[in-house]
Amino acid sequence: MSILIDEKTRVIVQGITGKEGMFHTKQMIEYGTKVVGGVTPGRGGQFVEGVPVFNTVEEAVKNTAPDVTVIFVPPQFASDAMMEAADSGLSLIVCLTEGIPTMDMIFVKKYLKERGSKLIGPNTPGIISPGKCKIGVMAGYIHKPGSIGIMSRSGTLTYEVVNQLTKKGIGQSTCVGIGGDQIIGLNFIDLLEMFENDKDTEAIIMIGEIGGTVEEEAANYIHNNIKKPVLAFIAGVTAPPEKRMGHAGAIIAGGRGTANEKMKALEMAGVKVVRNPAMIGEELEEILKNFSKI
Amino acid sequence: MRIHEYQAKEILREYGIPVPKGKLVRNPEEAEQFAEEIGLKKIVIKAQVHAGGRGKGGGVRIVKTPVEARIAAQEIIGMRLVTNQTGGEGRLVKKVLVEEGVDIRDEFYLGVVLDRSKASPLIIATSEGGVEIEKVAMEAPEKIVKEWIDPYVGLRNFQINKICYRLGLKSNQVEKMRRIISGLYNIFSKYDCLMVEINPLAQTINEDFIAIDAKINFDDNALFRHKEIVSLRDPEEESPLETEASKYNLNYIKLNGNVGCMVNGAGLAMATMDMIKFLGAEPANFLDVGGGASVEMVKNGFKILIADKDVKVVFINIFGGIMRCDTIARGVLEAISESKVNIPIVIRLEGTNVEEGRRILNESGFNFIITSSMKEGAEKVVQALGRAKNV
Repeated sequence: MSILIDEKTRVIVQGITGKEGMFHTKQMIEYGTKVVGGVTPGRGGQFVEGVPVFNTVEEAVKNTAPDVTVIFVPPQFASDAMMEAADSGLSLIVCLTEGIPTMDMIFVKKYLKERGSKLIGPNTPGIISPGKCKIGVMAGYIHKPGSIGIMSRSGTLTYEVVNQLTKKGIGQSTCVGIGGDQIIGLNFIDLLEMFENDKDTEAIIMIGEIGGTVEEEAANYIHNNIKKPVLAFIAGVTAPPEKRMGHAGAIIAGGRGTANEKMKALEMAGVKVVRNPAMIGEELEEILKNFSKI
Repeated sequence: MRIHEYQAKEILREYGIPVPKGKLVRNPEEAEQFAEEIGLKKIVIKAQVHAGGRGKGGGVRIVKTPVEARIAAQEIIGMRLVTNQTGGEGRLVKKVLVEEGVDIRDEFYLGVVLDRSKASPLIIATSEGGVEIEKVAMEAPEKIVKEWIDPYVGLRNFQINKICYRLGLKSNQVEKMRRIISGLYNIFSKYDCLMVEINPLAQTINEDFIAIDAKINFDDNALFRHKEIVSLRDPEEESPLETEASKYNLNYIKLNGNVGCMVNGAGLAMATMDMIKFLGAEPANFLDVGGGASVEMVKNGFKILIADKDVKVVFINIFGGIMRCDTIARGVLEAISESKVNIPIVIRLEGTNVEEGRRILNESGFNFIITSSMKEGAEKVVQALGRAKNV
């Protein structure tokens, strides 16, 4: 098992004829993902990597019956792409685009909620259930099927953590990048609930960072609802206030959203917080040993 | 993106929010001249830098005569203003705002912010203005009025009423406040702001409201549709290396340590800084070269990194995905061949094209310290730093 996506998941790619869209369609297919269609207005009838391209999401849905769409379009068109996907009834939308105006995301989020569509991202590397399905730009080969659920606000830092686990022989059930922006779709709480209910996920790793309050909200939720072990790392202990640290969402504003505040909240909720990012693999190994003794 | 108080007040004025008469000046003579022009008994001189806490740091003076205005301006212009937001070295003040003083009866706070978890604009107000809103929220949360705005319908009249009456205003004050609240919300939505704040919003002895100080933060992601806002950027407020980096689309932030860092991805970059600190050293900067960087970008990033004279050791930490390790190796080598480098460089390469990247580095003849894990890399950095200090 895994959460959100598995070997049966059918995927369409919005922006499939763009440079990134084409490259990653090929990569996803090579990994084993069922990419069944693509969308680029004006390019209907063409094929990319043997996959049929449609002019609208509506046409793609009618002809290919997808479960998920992944969006590779520039920021000024991304909000429209997400709304179009929701309008066509897609229940899961993965938006990789970085740089979408925050105000646009407020509208998108509300539009999607009213139509019952879930969103991963934006500004995310995507989601992968190792060995089954990869939707996004992460390097497939560093992953290994297994029982650790990973959720993260960061891309390369997640690769680092996955790599540490895989090198120790510890596999992953599903890894989700929730996105580095201020307004995002699924957050840590949503995923915690899914990982808790997934019988093949044994433990959960949460990779947070400065800015916002999703880690504090997650801490509260973990305290009340999660029985599986949770290990967390929060990036940005050394980040100065009022500076945007690369991600639009990674900013300490008005003295709020510091790494120390978040770590304190998580520790109070019984979460194992790792200070040294190079030690996440080893610390998790330790937790798994102790947990299996019980 | 942030702007100065005087620029924020110009925007407020355009949207019908009363602000004191004022002028931006760059020398003491102009300050005296303007004080004479407005002919008032109370004149305020305020340092214009992008940092809060200016009053406590000595960047704000209240004086009575034009001559005193000149003297105060003379003292403030050219000073290094240190506040709780500037760091120890402070900010060089190059210009001041000269304003008419206001006789204040009460101080309010009024702000529109983005509530991230509710994905909604939020109006925050309190009658306990003049101090940091975070402090009020901590000490007297019951005095804070909050009203979330549905972005589809915008700010409604009844919501303004709710805010005003909860603040304890009388009916004749409500009409004056209505213009200010709606003006502020209009600024927030028109310019894609992340925050617009008036603090304090003063009530004068004549029961008029006037914005004494104002702050606006804009959403960088939306600047492409607000060219008029981009033109308000003040390069004097950015560190020269940060300005240089932004020319090449690189994310660089100067810090106070001596380990120069170059990393791909914001999260890994922050984690790398944190690890350096965890091992007892201090990072000199944040530098995210991003996912799709070219050899040229890596070269420019590396040059900016070593242009910082505090840097004693460089740590390059790359987990290649979209970013290819050979691109990093080529960029770093080009930068080294163009500028003299005699400090140790620790490089951790992993991921896409790692073999090719290592081969390029090994064949370069330069004495890189190459590692494959983040842990080992950080340890090598600390060792190299120890050696550099002993020399």
